[in-house]
Amino acid sequence: MSTFPRPPEGSWTAHYPQLGTGRVSFEDSVSPEFYELERDAIFRRAWLNVGRVNDLPRNGTYFTKELAAARTSLLVTRDMDGEIRAFHNVCRHRGNKLVWSGTPRQESCGAGRQFVCKYHGWRYGLDGGCTYVHQEDEFFGIDKALLGLAAVHCDVWAGFIFVNLAPTPAQTLREYLGPMVTPLEGFPFHLMTERYSFCAENASNWKVFIDAFQEYYHVPPLHTHQLGPAFRNPEATFEGAHYQLDGPHRMVSTSGTRKHTFPAEHLYPSELLMRSGNTGPWDAPDLGQHVAGVNPAGVAQWGIDNYQIFPNLEIIVYERGWYLSYRFWPTSRNTHVFEADLWFVPATTARERLAREYAAVTVKEYALQDAGTLDGTQMGLEARAFTDFPLNDQEILVRHFHKTVADWVREHQQALAAAR
Amino acid sequence: MSARLLPAEFADLEPYARTWCLPTEPERWERRLASTMDEMHGFYDACFPRAEAAIVYLDGVELAAMPDDATRLLEMLCSLALVSYVVEVWQQSLPIDTGSARIDRISEPRP
Repeated sequence: MSTFPRPPEGSWTAHYPQLGTGRVSFEDSVSPEFYELERDAIFRRAWLNVGRVNDLPRNGTYFTKELAAARTSLLVTRDMDGEIRAFHNVCRHRGNKLVWSGTPRQESCGAGRQFVCKYHGWRYGLDGGCTYVHQEDEFFGIDKALLGLAAVHCDVWAGFIFVNLAPTPAQTLREYLGPMVTPLEGFPFHLMTERYSFCAENASNWKVFIDAFQEYYHVPPLHTHQLGPAFRNPEATFEGAHYQLDGPHRMVSTSGTRKHTFPAEHLYPSELLMRSGNTGPWDAPDLGQHVAGVNPAGVAQWGIDNYQIFPNLEIIVYERGWYLSYRFWPTSRNTHVFEADLWFVPATTARERLAREYAAVTVKEYALQDAGTLDGTQMGLEARAFTDFPLNDQEILVRHFHKTVADWVREHQQALAAAR
Repeated sequence: MSARLLPAEFADLEPYARTWCLPTEPERWERRLASTMDEMHGFYDACFPRAEAAIVYLDGVELAAMPDDATRLLEMLCSLALVSYVVEVWQQSLPIDTGSARIDRISEPRP
């Protein structure tokens, strides 16, 4: 009954025996107490992706990033030597939020040589050093050199900017990403500089929304409309070609008939017109003979690799030579901010521009179905009508994710207890 | 009557230009939500058959240096992409089961 070979244990899930095959609790997605625990255990200890090098296009640029779960705002800069740095976005003088425009609750970005606190005019360089104290001689024995911004650990992998709020991260970024994720850096991310960005405030726990993007079991029933009316089949099945776990991270590769090779009658008129759709523009850019970093298991008819990088970054690379990234930022136990970026090799013609536009339109159309439905999932979970839920082999990544979250929270509590 | 908005070859689409030549997706999305099904079918039925010719026309113009009329034609085709989901896929303004969800496009290439 399987289309693709399973591991010798008989299933992907059994191949990772630490997961078990029992029912899974989603109390971690409804409990206010658990949310408070994961804020510290996860969002102040894990490496978090806060942007891409493209967000800091030249020396002297910066952006701010609100991390509600970690109870802070970050200021990420590229200094005049080109080094990317991150700081708590907080003035050393009296704790005012240093950089904002419009309202302090909104993120901002820009370029300049220094940051001036709106409150009392203290100034800081792009390297976080304090350069000016207003009425300095009124203070009592202060030394500007000791009054810089609070630095946050910051590193870059494959153009993705990560921060870590721990005083001393347990691992470097590369160690943290590990041997499964790091080879993805061979993918030519740097060539894909044309971006479509989306943002949403969703009424579900952050993990509930991530779950919808780390299994495709839901696609035939929920997204029946991805095929034309005559070919819709809510009973169609989905099977991932390859699943892999490594540390807190996980991935799936898909295989199947590529959308751009479907018979015309299966497709919508605008897919044929725009030569694009839910797998991206059909006419792939020329990335050379061999695109590195993709399809680690060498599956035939490879479609996508979906990497779930703990805790809240998803990167999908597509066979058609583009990629997207999703980030899920908790704002409370049952709300989160969803950020999506689609990245393409820049269009050089109107036809290419339209193919990208149609792909970006398509992603939003189907993501709205996910977002609308997950509102209902959160409500269902909060009813606590059931306390455990059966997960199938195609939902192995969901199972692994919730176990990883539980492990991180438990390990952090144990470390705190041991330190007391 | 004011001057034409689209290239002369696409004068037949002028009646839709004021409504659907919108430079950003947020504007096009709001227009989609504010339009009736009849209005969107009317636009789709007029624009879709002309779209391939419009793409061929635009491919003869440098994307980075488009004159205003060509830019508006491209914007109209972007509106067609958005309205095509209403007409071809959902038969309603919003995707089925959207509920109260909302996803905002906050940046995009221009034109």
